[in-house]
Amino acid sequence: MSTSDTPDATSAKATSAKSTSAKATTSRPTSLPPAGRTPVAQRPHAGLGDRLRLWWDALARPTQWAIGVPFILLIAALPVIRPPLLTTVGTDFGSVMAQFGMVALIAIGLNVVVGQAGLLDLGYVGFYAIGAYTVALLTSPDSPWNLTDDWLSNDWAWLACLPVAIAVTAISGLILGSPTLRLRGDYLAIVTLGFGEIVRLLADNLDSVTGGGRGLSQVAYPRVGVSEEHPNGVFSAGNASGTLNAGVWWFWVSIVLIVIALLVVGNLERSRVGRAWVAIREDEDAAEIMGVPTFRFKLWAFVIGAAIGGISGALYAGQVQFVVPTNFNVINSMLFLCAVVLGGQGNKLGVIVGAFVVVYLPNFFLGRTEIFGIPIDGNEIANYKYLFFGLALVLLMIFRPQGLFPARQKLLTYGRELYVAARAAARKVSGAGDGSGRADAVPAVDVATEGDAR
Amino acid sequence: MSLLLHGGQLYADGVIDFDLGRLADNFWALTVDGLTYGAIYALVAVGYTLVYGVLRLINFAHSEIFMLGMFGQYAMLMLLGFYPSGNAFDKGVLLTVVYLCLAMIGGMVVSGGAAVGLERLAYAPLRKRGAPSLVFLITAIGASFILQEFVHFVLPKLTGGELGGVNAQQPIRLVVPTTQFTIFGADVTNVDLVIIVAALALAFVTDRFINATKFGRGIRAVAQDPVTATLMGVSRERIIMLTFLIGGVLAGAAAMLYTLRVPSGIIFSGGFILGIKAFSAAVLGGIGNLRGALLGGLLLGVMELYGQAVFGTEWRDVVAFVLLILVLMFRPTGILGESLGRARA
Amino acid sequence: MRTARRTTGGVALALTAILAITGCSEQSQGGDEASGGSSESSSAELAIQPLIQIDAEGAEAPAAETSSAADPAGDGSATCDGVAIAMAGALTGPNAALGTNILNGAKVAVDKHNAANADCQVELKQFDTEGDPQKATQVAPSIVADDAVIGLLGPAFSGETKATGAVFSQAGLLSLTASATNPGLTENGWTNFFRGLGNDDSQGGAVANYLTGTLGAAKVCVIQDDTDYGVGLAEVVTETLGDAADSSCSAKVKTGDKDFSATVEIVKSAEPDAIYYAGYYAEGAPFLSQLRAGGVDATFVSDDGANDPEFVKQAGDASKDAYLTCPCGPAPTDFATEYEDSSGQAPGVYSVEGYDLATIMLAAIDSGVTDRDGMVAFVKDYSGDGLAKHYEWDATGELADTTTWIYQVK
Repeated sequence: MSTSDTPDATSAKATSAKSTSAKATTSRPTSLPPAGRTPVAQRPHAGLGDRLRLWWDALARPTQWAIGVPFILLIAALPVIRPPLLTTVGTDFGSVMAQFGMVALIAIGLNVVVGQAGLLDLGYVGFYAIGAYTVALLTSPDSPWNLTDDWLSNDWAWLACLPVAIAVTAISGLILGSPTLRLRGDYLAIVTLGFGEIVRLLADNLDSVTGGGRGLSQVAYPRVGVSEEHPNGVFSAGNASGTLNAGVWWFWVSIVLIVIALLVVGNLERSRVGRAWVAIREDEDAAEIMGVPTFRFKLWAFVIGAAIGGISGALYAGQVQFVVPTNFNVINSMLFLCAVVLGGQGNKLGVIVGAFVVVYLPNFFLGRTEIFGIPIDGNEIANYKYLFFGLALVLLMIFRPQGLFPARQKLLTYGRELYVAARAAARKVSGAGDGSGRADAVPAVDVATEGDAR
Repeated sequence: MSLLLHGGQLYADGVIDFDLGRLADNFWALTVDGLTYGAIYALVAVGYTLVYGVLRLINFAHSEIFMLGMFGQYAMLMLLGFYPSGNAFDKGVLLTVVYLCLAMIGGMVVSGGAAVGLERLAYAPLRKRGAPSLVFLITAIGASFILQEFVHFVLPKLTGGELGGVNAQQPIRLVVPTTQFTIFGADVTNVDLVIIVAALALAFVTDRFINATKFGRGIRAVAQDPVTATLMGVSRERIIMLTFLIGGVLAGAAAMLYTLRVPSGIIFSGGFILGIKAFSAAVLGGIGNLRGALLGGLLLGVMELYGQAVFGTEWRDVVAFVLLILVLMFRPTGILGESLGRARA
Repeated sequence: MRTARRTTGGVALALTAILAITGCSEQSQGGDEASGGSSESSSAELAIQPLIQIDAEGAEAPAAETSSAADPAGDGSATCDGVAIAMAGALTGPNAALGTNILNGAKVAVDKHNAANADCQVELKQFDTEGDPQKATQVAPSIVADDAVIGLLGPAFSGETKATGAVFSQAGLLSLTASATNPGLTENGWTNFFRGLGNDDSQGGAVANYLTGTLGAAKVCVIQDDTDYGVGLAEVVTETLGDAADSSCSAKVKTGDKDFSATVEIVKSAEPDAIYYAGYYAEGAPFLSQLRAGGVDATFVSDDGANDPEFVKQAGDASKDAYLTCPCGPAPTDFATEYEDSSGQAPGVYSVEGYDLATIMLAAIDSGVTDRDGMVAFVKDYSGDGLAKHYEWDATGELADTTTWIYQVK
C-alpha cells in the first residue's frame, strides 16, 4: 500500500488494531483489513470541505460567533423571506421548517449515540414519543394526569413541562440503556428497535392514560403575543395565516434549542467524555483495556441522546398540539437514522443538513408541477420518498459510507492554534504530491483521520 | 377454577388487565396455533441464523425476502391459471398438493434469487471494502425500504396492477381449513398439519444439509474460521452466496406456508413485523445455531399466543419484544448457545 | 440447486402424506372439478347489498327518495370566476383509500357542474395530509393562504381534524367533513365545522340496538382496532349493548395485523351469538375469514370502515351474510356508473358523501357565494336531499337527523 508518510497515529493504530483483532479472533470477519484501495482516511485532506473546515477552525472564538450568528439569523429568516425556488408549494414553508427544526434536534441527539459513541439505535423514535407524551400527559385535558386545571397556568405549561420532558426521557434512556448496553452492536440495534415499538404499543394500549388511538388533544403551548389578530398567541396552531404563522415561531424556538444543544454537545465532544466516546466507537475492547469505563460512557451517550430526543418530542407536542401513537412508528426511526447517515455520522453540523434533506425534499416536490420549466408530477415523486431514501442509504453505504459531510476526528487536547498549524503543515506536505516529505515538525499531532471509521 | 383466575389487574386503574382463565380455557387450542406460527417463524429464523453464523451480520432485509416469497408463490399460482376469487378452489388432494408444491417452488425461486441478488448487489461491495458492521446494517435497512417500496409502487406498474400496490392481494385459496382431529379439545386442521409437517421436513433437510454434506461443511468451516477455511480451499464468496440462497429458499417456503394460514397477508408491508419476530426467535434459540432457530421459533410462536390470552390480544408484539429483551439480558447467547454446527459448541 | 431439489422433494412427500390422510374431508367440500384453469364459483357475485335503514333505536326507518337529490349541474346558468373548493385528506400512504374515495366522489360532482356551467368553472384543489396530524398542520396553512379556496371538503380523519380545527376555525373557512366521525369534534365551538354523516355515537348506538333487537343477539363479542375510529365506535357499541356485550371475549387488534389466532380462539371458546368488529376492512376481512376457518359461525357485524368492496374481495366466501353498517346511503346505480367512468374503480366508503358535500358547496357557488363567510352561512342554513340522505345541520354542526343503513353481503 502506498500511503503518504504523514504520521497518522490514530489511523495506523486503528488499522493495526483491526488487523490484529481479525487475526486473533474470528469473531469479526467483517473487519478484515481493507484491501486494494487507499482508505479514505489516509488520503490527503485537500477537498473544499476540508479547506472550509480548516479556515473555520483557524478563526478565533469571537470571530466564529461573529460569522455564525448572522448565518443562523439568515436561516431563521428563510421562512419569512420565502425565496421563490426554495419555498414549498403544497405545504406551508414555515411549518415544514418547524418540522425540520425538530428532526434536526433529533439528528443531533441521535448523532451523539450513533455517530459519536457508535451505538446503533433503531428505536430512537421511542424517546421522541416519550418527550411528546410527557408534555401531552401533563397538559392535555384528555389526560388523567393533566395539571393545567389545577395549579399549572395554561400559558406557561409547555415551558414548565419542557424540563420535565427532558428529565423523563433521560431517565428512560437510563432505564433502557443500563440492561442493554452490555450487548454487542448488532443485538443492541434490534433491542432498541424493540424498545421503540414497545413505547408506541404502550401508548396505544394503555388507553385509560394515553387515550390510545384517540390520542391526546389540546396540548398546551406557550401563550405569547396575544393580540386582536392572534387571540391564542402566536404559537397557537390557529395562527396559520400570513408569513409569521405558528410554524415560523416554532421554527425559531427550535433554532434556539438547537444552538443550545450544539453548544452542549460540542463541549462534551471536546471533553474527556467525547474522547472516550471516540475510543469506544473505534475499538471498544481496546478502549476498555486502556482504562476507559466503556459502559459508563456508553450510558452517558445514551442518556444525553435520549434527553435531546425528548426536547424534540416536547416541541412536537407543542406545535401539533395533538399526540397519537401512529406518529411514532419504526419508519420514522429509520428516517431519523437516514438523516444522520446522510449528513455524516459524527459531524453534528452535517447531520443537521441531513435532517434538512430528509424533511425538506419530499415537501419540495409535493404539489410542484414544474421545476426549471420542466413539467414534473411532484406528488408522485413525493410519494416515492421511502424508495429514494432506501436507494440513498444503499448507494451512500457503497460509495460514501461516511456520509455527505464526513466527520474529521481531531485531537483537541492540543491547543487550537497548534492543531491548526499542524493541519496546515500536513496539508502542505501532502499537497506537494510526492508523498515522501516527512512532516517531522509536527510529529503525531496531525491526527485528522478516520472520517469513515465507526 | 377460572373464576378465581379471571380479572386480575396489574395496576390499580386496570391499565393492564390480565386473565389467566383465558389461557387455561384455551390452552391446547393456543398451543396448536402457536406451533403453527412458530414453525413459520422457525423457517424464517434459519435465514437470519445462517447468515449471522457465516458473516456476523444481521440481514435486516430478510423480512423483505420473505415478503417477496409471498408474492412469488402468488405469482406462480396466477401463472398456473388461478385467478383470485373469494372462494376456495377444489382440485382434489393430489392436484392440490402438486399446485402447492409448485407455489412453494415459486416462492423459493423468488426469495432465493432476491437473497442472492441482495448479497451480490448490496453486501458484496461492502465486504470487499471491509466495512464495519454498522454499514452493513444501514445498507440492509436501505435495501428493506427499496424492496418494500418496489412492491408498493413499482410492481403494480410492471404487472398492470395484478401484483403489489397499497392493498393486500386478493387471496387465492387452495386449501380450506377443515378440522381433522382434536387434541384435548383443540381442533387441528389440515392447514395446521401441512404447515407443521412441511416446516419440520424442511428444517430436517436443512439440518442434514449443513451437517452432513460437503457444502454444509464448507458453511460451517467459513462460520468457524474464514481465513483458515479459505486456506483450505473453501471459496468464501461461494459459501456466502450459498448461505444466502438457503436462507432465501427457506423464507420462500415459509412464505407459502404462511399464506395458507393467512391468505390475505400478501401485502408489501407484510414481512416487517414477522421478520423481527423471526429474528427474535433466532436470538431466543441462540443465533448462529440452526437447531436453536427451530426451538426459538416454536417457543416464540407459542409464548406469543399465551401472552395474548393472558394480557389481551393487543399485547402480542409487546410480549415478543419483551421476551427478546429478557433473553438478551439474562442469556445473551440464547437457549442453545451460539454456534453453527457441532464443531463450535 | 441441490438444496432446492432435495428440499422440495421432501416437502412434496410430506404434503402428499398429510393431504392424503385429510383428503376425504376436503373433497366433501363440493365445488366444480372443472378444467385445470380458473374455476370461479358462485361467490364471485357476492356483493354488499343495502338491507334496511334504521333509526337510533335500531328500528326500521323508511328510506329517502333519491330522485329529489340535488344535482351538481344546477340550472346551467351559474356564473362565477376564480373560485375553488379544496379537498384535504390522506391521498398517499397507508390510509389513502378513504381519502381517494372522497376525492373521486367530489370530482364527479365538480366535473358535472363544470360541464353544465360554462361560465362557472370551479377548481377542485387537492391537499394530501397522509392522514398524519403533523403533515396536516403543514398543509392547513397553505389551504388557508390560498385565496381562491372558499370551502373545504375535509379533513378526512378525526385525528388531523383535531390538529387543524383551530386553523380553519380562525380562518373562517368552511370545513365540511365526509368521514371524520369522532363525536368530540363538534364540541370545540368551531362555527365552521360541519359533519356530513352521523358520528360514532349515532351509528354505534343504532347498530347495538339492532343487534340486540332485530338480530336477537344475547351475547356479543366486541372486537376493535387501535384507530381513533375503531376505539370510539367500540366504546359506544359496548355501552349500548350493556349486558349483551361480553367483556371476557372482547379483544383489540392492531392496524396492519393479518393473523388473529388468539382472538379467534378467545371468541370461539366464548360461543357468542354475534361478533361486532369496529375498524377497517384491511383487518376486518382477514379476521372474518379466520373466524370462519376456525369454525366460528356467529353473526358478523361491522361498520362503515369495513363497508368497502375490498372487504368482500379479501374475505371471499367467509363474508357471506356479514352485516355492514354505514351512516351513509347506498350509491345509486347512476352514480356508480359515473364514478367508475371518472375514476376507473367502483365507488367505496364515503364516495357518496364526497359527492353530496361537494354538490352542496357547488350549489352555494351557483347561488352567488364568493367568499368564505358566505359559504359557511349557506351551509348553516342548507336543507336538501342528497344521494345518501337529507342534509340539514343543527347548531353544533351535526346532522339534524341521522340514520344508519344496514347492508348485508349477499
